[in-house]
Amino acid sequence: MSRNRELISKIGLRLDGRRPDELRRIRCKMGVFSQPDGSAYIEQGLTKVLAAVYGPHQVRSRQKAQHDACIINTQFSMAVFSTNERKKRPRGDRKSTEMSMHLQQALLSVIETDLYPWSQIDVYVEVLHADGGIYPACVNAATLAVIDAGIPIKEYVCACTASLGNNEVPMLDVSHQEEILGGPTLTVAALPMSGKIVLMEMSQRFHLDHLPKVLNKALEGCKDVKAILDEAVKNHVSEIGSATGWANTTS
Amino acid sequence: MSQKIHIRSASASNRVRPLAATQKYHRIFTPGEEVIKAAQTHFVRGHGTYEEGGDLKASVAGVKEQVNKLVSVRPLKSRYNGQVGEVLVGRILEVQQKRWKVDTNSRLDSALLLSSVNLPGGELRRRSAEDQHMMREYLQEGDLISAEVQSVFTDGTLSLHTRSLKYGKLGQGILIKVFPSLVKKCKLHFCTLPFGVSLILGNNGYIWISPTSNNVEGDEGGFIQNLEEVIPKDIREAMARVRNSILALAQNYMMLFDTSIIFAYEESLKYSVHELLLPETMVDLAVLTQQKLSMMEDYEFIN
Repeated sequence: MSRNRELISKIGLRLDGRRPDELRRIRCKMGVFSQPDGSAYIEQGLTKVLAAVYGPHQVRSRQKAQHDACIINTQFSMAVFSTNERKKRPRGDRKSTEMSMHLQQALLSVIETDLYPWSQIDVYVEVLHADGGIYPACVNAATLAVIDAGIPIKEYVCACTASLGNNEVPMLDVSHQEEILGGPTLTVAALPMSGKIVLMEMSQRFHLDHLPKVLNKALEGCKDVKAILDEAVKNHVSEIGSATGWANTTS
Repeated sequence: MSQKIHIRSASASNRVRPLAATQKYHRIFTPGEEVIKAAQTHFVRGHGTYEEGGDLKASVAGVKEQVNKLVSVRPLKSRYNGQVGEVLVGRILEVQQKRWKVDTNSRLDSALLLSSVNLPGGELRRRSAEDQHMMREYLQEGDLISAEVQSVFTDGTLSLHTRSLKYGKLGQGILIKVFPSLVKKCKLHFCTLPFGVSLILGNNGYIWISPTSNNVEGDEGGFIQNLEEVIPKDIREAMARVRNSILALAQNYMMLFDTSIIFAYEESLKYSVHELLLPETMVDLAVLTQQKLSMMEDYEFIN
């Protein structure tokens, strides 16, 4: 780990030319597939993720079915070509299983599961290109796909990473390059409107004094992401609505 | 070289979206957004909303609908929500003691009770234990049926019935699955198109395309299908054309009903059947159909 290399230059720019509090470019698209009930594609910088949602549908295995809530089944996988070194297996290893569980936790916190007894919702997430911030991109893509599927959620769940540059300046949305140069990465999944934190994870240590400002920065990032997703959702819905002529709406 | 090669750019941005059918403006609510503030206390919570701190908030992305005090937000795309009297197309998943389990694209599997089907040999016939043993003879796993929603159970399961000669087992034809919200609710969901093709537009987004049969059905209750009959090639081609036209409309989020499908079929005649599967052709077809539909609406408006 080369601590001596500066993550933020003297004029206050990062390695890829961003300022410390800037996100990478987010581009997203909903309804990319016709087979699943909901689907979404998101690009955060060079990180590219596809998500598909099936359901709610009848639980296939009888033992898991719940009489008062639906179960959420998530599967995280990374395409074998998504990283620099070709991956051996796209899913099923320890890291993917952990990611799936974290994704499930994030979704369980927002989806109104009690509306769908005896049902199941499947969420499949596939990373096409990994360039830092995989988990946040997956959460954001899954949120969009769930909204596209018309499944009721309390509010958006968004995720973002933050780091500490030059041991003092909090940086938002860490790229892969910055990750390997050795900044500590804090991943936060949050409900931006109510300010609740769903998941928080640290990759390395930094002094406790720095935590509040880095955490605040990450939460700000979540809010920014939410604003971008919200606009995309509104555009998408009004596009579908005007194509169908608002046919099934009464007002 | 005899085969045509189609080349297109990879970016979707330069593809034309079909024209908007209307210029109507609708306020769109997204999850977590306030629909009604706490100050206005007179409301009843409907679907797609939840209450938090006295405020009514949306839980899906869609438009607000209000009936007196009942406020709900409707998503533009979701799983099928069954209502009594709607026509469905479904697939048999399981044969059980007194019922069949049917996949209807709903959030729970639907049930077709043995007591709500017309069995061969008259309407008013007791259902004996023998009938229970014979259930697999009538409908087995994988069979497609058309049915109507009879009732909705408390847990949301749909109960179906086929107590009419127009419902029953489906024979030769093509099934397409589209999003349920794209099927327009009409008086007639069984349409006979003028080019020898019949359609069943299931409210659940399953669409059945079959050749028009002219033989009068007997009292077999729609359980016996003639699979030996050979469908002539021109009818098959028309069916394939209808299928591809419907797919083109669905791809561009256009409503599906008899008129739009007939228009799309007419516009598709300048292409060969397999050309209809190209993305550019699909968009072109959708745009032309949209124009034709709006022209018809204007015409009706003037008269």
